[in-house]
Amino acid sequence: MNWGSFYAVISGVNRHSTGIGRVWLSVIFIFRILVLVVAAESVWGDEKSGFICNTQQPGCNSVCYDQFFPISHIRLWALQLILVSTPALLVAMHVAHRRHIDKKILKRTGRSSPKELERIKNQKFQITGALWWTYMISIIFRIAFEVAFLYIFYLLYPGFKMVRLVKCDSYPCPNTVDCFVSRPTEKTIFTVFMLAVSGLCVLLNLAEVVYLIGRACKRGFQGSEEESKGAWISQRWSTYKLNEINQLIADQSLKSKFTVTKKSPTEKSERCSAF
Amino acid sequence: MSWPALYAELVGASRHSTSLGKVWLSVLFIFRVMVLVVAAESVWGDEQSDFTCNTLQPGCENVCYDQFFPVSHIRLWCLQLVFVSTPTLLVATYVAYRNHSDKKSTGFLSSKGQEEDLETLKRRRLPIAGALWWTYACSLVFRLLFEGGFMYALYVVYDGFQMPRLVQCDQWPCPNLVDCFISRPTEKTIFTVFMATTSSICMVLNMAELVYLVAKAVNR
Repeated sequence: MNWGSFYAVISGVNRHSTGIGRVWLSVIFIFRILVLVVAAESVWGDEKSGFICNTQQPGCNSVCYDQFFPISHIRLWALQLILVSTPALLVAMHVAHRRHIDKKILKRTGRSSPKELERIKNQKFQITGALWWTYMISIIFRIAFEVAFLYIFYLLYPGFKMVRLVKCDSYPCPNTVDCFVSRPTEKTIFTVFMLAVSGLCVLLNLAEVVYLIGRACKRGFQGSEEESKGAWISQRWSTYKLNEINQLIADQSLKSKFTVTKKSPTEKSERCSAF
Repeated sequence: MSWPALYAELVGASRHSTSLGKVWLSVLFIFRVMVLVVAAESVWGDEQSDFTCNTLQPGCENVCYDQFFPVSHIRLWCLQLVFVSTPTLLVATYVAYRNHSDKKSTGFLSSKGQEEDLETLKRRRLPIAGALWWTYACSLVFRLLFEGGFMYALYVVYDGFQMPRLVQCDQWPCPNLVDCFISRPTEKTIFTVFMATTSSICMVLNMAELVYLVAKAVNR
């Protein structure tokens, strides 16, 4: 399992994202993961072997390195990228669940031809209703993880500049020794770059939140102004489908013939579309 | 055979899992295998070359490293992940056996259209009932045992999840009690705690799945 397979898994979610979501995904993969793999990892490759203290005391190098670099930038960025990309899978799970329910309904109503099943597999869901909330929650998690990691970075390495020299006096160093960090300027450049792109990703996520809320409000206003026949019919059909789902859940036997009874609108237990 | 190949096998087998099983598979591969491959392996990369003892005596470092690190964390985790993934293949084997025996029984009834029968058999999703339920439940129990077993082994071999900076060693040929310094102990502690946490999450998911299966069976 490597970044390539990870990309295949995450980019599957792309179909159900907004435009900004797709831009965000490209930024993550091109400007962060790719840069991490092809450039940053070689800059930090000799971080320990190139960390030299002005002493011959064995162990002093190790101990001072451990004191000043509790966790390497590279590992922090790798963890950040993994945690930030995974909320997108929440959306994928929700879509898979919806498709599963749709397939069950089709099978129950006896319309499970391969063509219909194929249509369900390729169906692109609108980001409304419960999917809107799932999507929103996934974006909020993304923002939370990004900000959390930026904060951890700030705590561990205050300031983005990598110093050339650190002074260390932990045991077994005989006194306060000078220790020299390898490639400090190159590390500073890459740290600034990665922090900037991280900030850009946070902005993109915030923009996506605003866009989603705006779209939902617009849909809400349009819906309340003109109750078109088409919208009414689609709402009734959604209610009908929900009642079927409720019936499915209550139905214990898988083999009995399923009969559809349309319940009155007042008995519906869940709203299909939030806006 | 490599991690992506194992992933492909398990994803195929997960067609017959519950939703919790699919979540477990994602957690396993994204938060454990991937973190192991892209991060943890580079942290432990120089574990022996950078294990330094305060002595010039040849052989002392080797002997002390071997005393304090009988099995590296990375190898333990690799073994744990391989063992934990294999019970799923039990389920896949059982499904293949069922498909084979069903194909045989339908093969005697209809001679033509055998190709499409086999395809439909392969593509269908068996409900988790009867013998498949027992196979699935057994696989969950084995997964739990392996996870718990390996976590316990790691805890016992390394006396907890924390990596010390300094260990004291007096094995022959070290001339006296020497200080030996471990490389990147803090980073190793962080990753050990992370892997232990994800292992516990996987155990919780497995237990939840077991409870769900039992409840489903009781309902039926």
